[in-house]
Amino acid sequence: MSEQTMIPILNSMFRFQYEPAQNCHVLLFPEGMVKLNDSASEIIKLIDGNSSVEQIVKLLAAKFPEAGDLTDDVAGFLITAVEKKWVHYGS
Amino acid sequence: MAVNQLSETQQKVGPPLWLLAELTYDCPLHCPYCSNPTELGDKKHELSTKQWLKVLTEARAMGAVQLGFSGGEPLLRKDLEIMVKHGRELGFYTNLITSGIGLTEKRIAKLKKAGLDHIQISFQGADPEVNDAIAGRGNAYQQKFKMAQAVKAQGYPMVLNFVISKQNINQMADILRLSCELEADYVELATAQYYGWAYHNRDHLLPSQEELVEAERIVNEFRQQQQGKGPQFIFVTPDYYEERPKTCMNGWGSTFLTVTPDGSALPCHSAKMLPLKFPNVKDKSIDDIWRKDFSFDYFRGDSWMPQPCQSCDEKEKDFGGCRCQAFMLTGDMHKTDPVCSKSPDHHLIEQAITNAKTPSAPLIMRVNDPQEIARIKL
Repeated sequence: MSEQTMIPILNSMFRFQYEPAQNCHVLLFPEGMVKLNDSASEIIKLIDGNSSVEQIVKLLAAKFPEAGDLTDDVAGFLITAVEKKWVHYGS
Repeated sequence: MAVNQLSETQQKVGPPLWLLAELTYDCPLHCPYCSNPTELGDKKHELSTKQWLKVLTEARAMGAVQLGFSGGEPLLRKDLEIMVKHGRELGFYTNLITSGIGLTEKRIAKLKKAGLDHIQISFQGADPEVNDAIAGRGNAYQQKFKMAQAVKAQGYPMVLNFVISKQNINQMADILRLSCELEADYVELATAQYYGWAYHNRDHLLPSQEELVEAERIVNEFRQQQQGKGPQFIFVTPDYYEERPKTCMNGWGSTFLTVTPDGSALPCHSAKMLPLKFPNVKDKSIDDIWRKDFSFDYFRGDSWMPQPCQSCDEKEKDFGGCRCQAFMLTGDMHKTDPVCSKSPDHHLIEQAITNAKTPSAPLIMRVNDPQEIARIKL
C-alpha cells in the first residue's frame, strides 16, 4: 500500500477541540495540551478514520485553492504527528 | 476615580489552565509520602455538589482546560459522576487521580458514560508486599492491579503513578515490567516531594544520590530497549539533588489553580501552609480570585524577589523556586528556594541529605483522624 492510500487515525488518547481562550485548536491528553497552528488544525479536522492521505490532500486543495499542491505539507505534518503519537495508520 | 486598579502583574495574567479539584482529604490508604496537609480539616466543611459545579463552570469560562479530580481519594465522593459529567460537557479534559481503592468495573463504566477522559492510578510498589506496606492496607496491590486491567479494557488512556522513595527505589526494574504488563500509556516515576506528611517522613523517604543514579540508569536502559513501543516513562528526580530549583507550578498564579475540599483556592496544593490569607470559593468567584485576589498576585512577577534571585539571570526560568519549600526550610516564604546552590540556605538541603542516611525519628503513616493511629498500631 502506498503512503497516499493510507488512512491516518487520531489516537484515542488525544482530543481535538477549539479553545476560545487560546484562540486556536488544541490537542488535549492526560494532564497536557498542545496548541496547534492553523495548517495543523486544518489537516487534523480532516482525519476522520475514513479518509486516506490522498483524499485529505484533495479536500484541502478544494478548501484552499490558492495554496497550491499540499502533498508535501500534509506528509510532513503526518511524520511529526506519528512521531508524537497523535496519529497512527489504519488499513 | 481610577477605572482600572489592577496591578501591572494582574493585568498581564492569563487564564488558569489547570484546575485541581481536591474533592476530599479522606483516603483509604496511609502512605507516608502523602503531600496532603497533616491537618486534614473537618469533613463537614467539604464543598457541596452545587458549589463544586459552580467552581467548574467559572474556571472553564476563564479558559481552564485540564480538570483533575483528586484528594485524598476522590472516589469517596458519591457525586463524582455528576461532576465529571458537568466538567466534560463544559469542554474540560477530565482526569481522575485515584488510588484505585473503591473502584469497580461498574464504576469505571459509569464514569466513562459520564465522559471521563483519563484515569491515573497510583502504585506504591511493584509487588504486594512492598506496595501494601507503604499503603498501610492489605490487598491494595491486588485491587490496583485488577482495576488497572479494567481501566485499559474499557478503553481509557491510563497513567500509572509510582511515588519513588527509599522504600521502593530498589524495585525499579520490576516497576518498569509491571507498567508494561498493565499496558500503561504514561508512567510517572516521581520521586516523592517533601510536603505535608512526606516532609515529616523525609529522612525515611529521600533516596541517596547513588540509589537515584542507579534507578535512572535502569530507566534509561529500558527506554532504549523499548524502541518507541510500550509505556512512556517519565522519571522525576527530587529537586534536593539539583543545582537549581524547580519552576514550581510554572510560576505562582500563572497556570495552576487548586481548590481544596473546604473551598480554599490556592496557587498550588501546598500553599495553605504559607502565612498568606487565601480566598474561598464560597465567598468569591474564580475570576475574582484569579485576577484580583492579593494572595494570587503576591508572588507574580519578580518585584518580591530577594537576592540572589533579584540579580540572577535565571530568575525568569525558575521564578526563585518553590515558596512552600522556602517557608518550610527557612521560615521565610520570600527567600530563595534553598535547593538553589546560590542560596545562602543551601546547607539546609545538604543537611537533609545527610540526615536521611540515618533517620532519627520514627516513620509516621498518614491517618485521617488521630483515633486511627490506634487502629493501625493494632
